[in-house]
Amino acid sequence: MTGFVELIVVFLSVALVNNLVFTRFLGICPYLGVSKRVDMAFGMGLAVTFVLTLSATLTWIINNLILVPLGLGFTKYIAFILVIASMVQLVEMYVRKFYKGLYKSFGIYLPLITTNCAILGTCLFIDLWGYNFIKAVVAGFGGGLGFTMAISIMAGIRERLDLGDVPRPLQGAGITLVTAGILTLAFMGFSGMVR
Amino acid sequence: MAEAAVAGTKEQSTAGKAAAQFVKNLWEENPVFRTLLGMCPTLAVTAAVKPALTMGLAVTFVVVSSNLMVSIMRKGLTPHLRILMFTLTISVFVTIADLFLKAFVPDMSEVLGPYVPLIIVNCIIIARAESCASKNPVFTAVLDGFGTGFGFTIAVVILATIREILGSGTWFGLRVLPAWWVPWTIMKLPAGAFITLGFILAVIAYSHGRKKAA
Repeated sequence: MTGFVELIVVFLSVALVNNLVFTRFLGICPYLGVSKRVDMAFGMGLAVTFVLTLSATLTWIINNLILVPLGLGFTKYIAFILVIASMVQLVEMYVRKFYKGLYKSFGIYLPLITTNCAILGTCLFIDLWGYNFIKAVVAGFGGGLGFTMAISIMAGIRERLDLGDVPRPLQGAGITLVTAGILTLAFMGFSGMVR
Repeated sequence: MAEAAVAGTKEQSTAGKAAAQFVKNLWEENPVFRTLLGMCPTLAVTAAVKPALTMGLAVTFVVVSSNLMVSIMRKGLTPHLRILMFTLTISVFVTIADLFLKAFVPDMSEVLGPYVPLIIVNCIIIARAESCASKNPVFTAVLDGFGTGFGFTIAVVILATIREILGSGTWFGLRVLPAWWVPWTIMKLPAGAFITLGFILAVIAYSHGRKKAA
């Protein structure tokens, strides 16, 4: 039972308290780039969640069962990025074959996930925190959901912002970053909830 | 004789173009402020100047070396394996940089943590490999790498300067503001990073707008 509670704590900690976007600055590029419309942001979030869960699982297995026992820890980064790149390729092929509509709406964003730092970053943080296998899977999933939430909220705000009267120099990236800062302040309310 | 002169001017013009690109990367097309690439490290390591400078130099090293390598092997690249080759090249150099930092500046390596390996997925470097190094000779590519790297370093140091002075009253660990200064803790937190960068972009957009109007 304590094991289960611990898993919930890990999930909440990754999704809310240590949200990838707000406290770790991971996945900022899509967070600023793909957050113009809610539906696209949500789709991007789901794609990231999917790839992130799979990559967190796979990289944990490769790191702990192959690289560490063989003393090849220093090749970790290269191995991780290869796993993620091939993962994304696989997901892209699968989605293109079976979900044509989804593939069209993902467009360029699916391959872009490879260079999304949220994926590699989470895998590295999981390694740094020394999570066990189940915790790693949960953290990957939770991190993805946290990202989806962050990017969807941001897209919701930006849809409204289009109608607002923003000072000229702040228009575009400027106001988006300031908004992100204020949103981060709101999320700071969660800090201290877990440890 | 004439041929040599033509070749000479041609060479000079490539060198001139490379130099122009170098200067442009420093400010006009600054990777952080103008093209908004590589946001994650920019925001994450700029709570103080020292880690920001370390990060800037690490990125400079990686972008110069990867530009060099990509430019050398640009003739052998096949289009569909291109990105994979870029990523692999970059991750090799990032591993070198990471091990170097761990060995010689362990305290900085501790502060930067996973943000050093995250240079692999820094879009600045892939963007330079794709748009410059894979099309240009070695000299241009290397100079472009230096320009991009220094441009990035300048940007993170500016950001870190503002955040460190307002957030802790120090610069590079030295006290610059008097003791009665109440540090704005928010500047050290993630929220401060977003807001500071937002306002820097606004200031730059404002000055550009004025230049255009004038």
